[in-house]
Amino acid sequence: MIAALTQLLIFQLIGEVIARGLDLPVPGPVIGMALLFVALSLRKGPDASLQTTAQTLLSHLSLLFVPAGVGIVVHLARVADEWPALLAALIVSTFVSMAVTALVMKALVRKPAETGSAR
Amino acid sequence: MNPRITDLWVYLSASPLLGLTLTLIAYQAAVWVNKRCGGSPLANPVLIAVTALVALLLATGTPYQTYFDGAQFVHFLLGPATVALAIPLYTHFRRVKAMLVPIVVGLVAGSLTAAFSALLVARLMGASVATQLSLAPKSVTTPIAMGIAERIGGLPSLTAVLVITTGILGAVAGRYLFDVLGVRDPAIRGFATGVTAHGIGTARAFQESEQAGAFSALAMGMNGLLTAVLLPVLLPLFG
Repeated sequence: MIAALTQLLIFQLIGEVIARGLDLPVPGPVIGMALLFVALSLRKGPDASLQTTAQTLLSHLSLLFVPAGVGIVVHLARVADEWPALLAALIVSTFVSMAVTALVMKALVRKPAETGSAR
Repeated sequence: MNPRITDLWVYLSASPLLGLTLTLIAYQAAVWVNKRCGGSPLANPVLIAVTALVALLLATGTPYQTYFDGAQFVHFLLGPATVALAIPLYTHFRRVKAMLVPIVVGLVAGSLTAAFSALLVARLMGASVATQLSLAPKSVTTPIAMGIAERIGGLPSLTAVLVITTGILGAVAGRYLFDVLGVRDPAIRGFATGVTAHGIGTARAFQESEQAGAFSALAMGMNGLLTAVLLPVLLPLFG
């Protein structure tokens, strides 16, 4: 588990160095994810310990958002002033963008499958 | 107050132990509640834990910074967890390759819809400019969204809160919305969740299936990149 965590942190560190060194708009961990993906492709998959550690970490992904979420206490005044606009914008935009993405993909995925089965 | 209790409080409020422990307790309790509700997306663990902690901070008059000094150790793990998303992505990469066109088109459509529909609704409802700009990157994972908000003139810490609220909304509503729309493919359900509701949606997608989780993680990473590149360029056109 420690070996796996070390690997994850090394990839994050490399990503961070690249992101800051080249002044990229992308955060270091996302570059680290891309690099680890390339590494996994080269060595044909993760070892057992990396697999288990990643699974443990990702099964508690929700926990990791709690501290930033509590940050709402700092913005209570603004939220109290503008809550109707904020709430409407968040709800409408969340529903519409999920629906648009899903329907666009569904339309594009179906076609080749149907022509294939129609013979 | 008893001087010994005062001393104890002085120690606890200066050490990271309390904030960290309370975060973990609130999360465990939220997971327990979620299980009691049959894993329903309505009983979202992030929502429950955040609500409980906010109530506690307000009731005790504790500043957020004091709490975050402890909670930052949990917050830090977002980095390695993001790197770890490479593993489910690798496992499901064959399906990703086969779906490349729907993925790219769906990503661009969903990413632009997420940013500009939020801007439009907020503008129509008369929100301030700073609030509008803080809303624009709300479908992007927290660290990228905060960076974008800073560049376009929003308030990064407000953006973080809006990002998390969006994530909770997406995680709560996704299953019902996809059922109504007749979208059954776990890859599409996962991807649409990740484009809109980033990491919190991804956490929820992993509860549905590993494939949905992998596609949600992919969508989260791709949408982060795309929004970071597109939003600063497109925003001036929107006026």
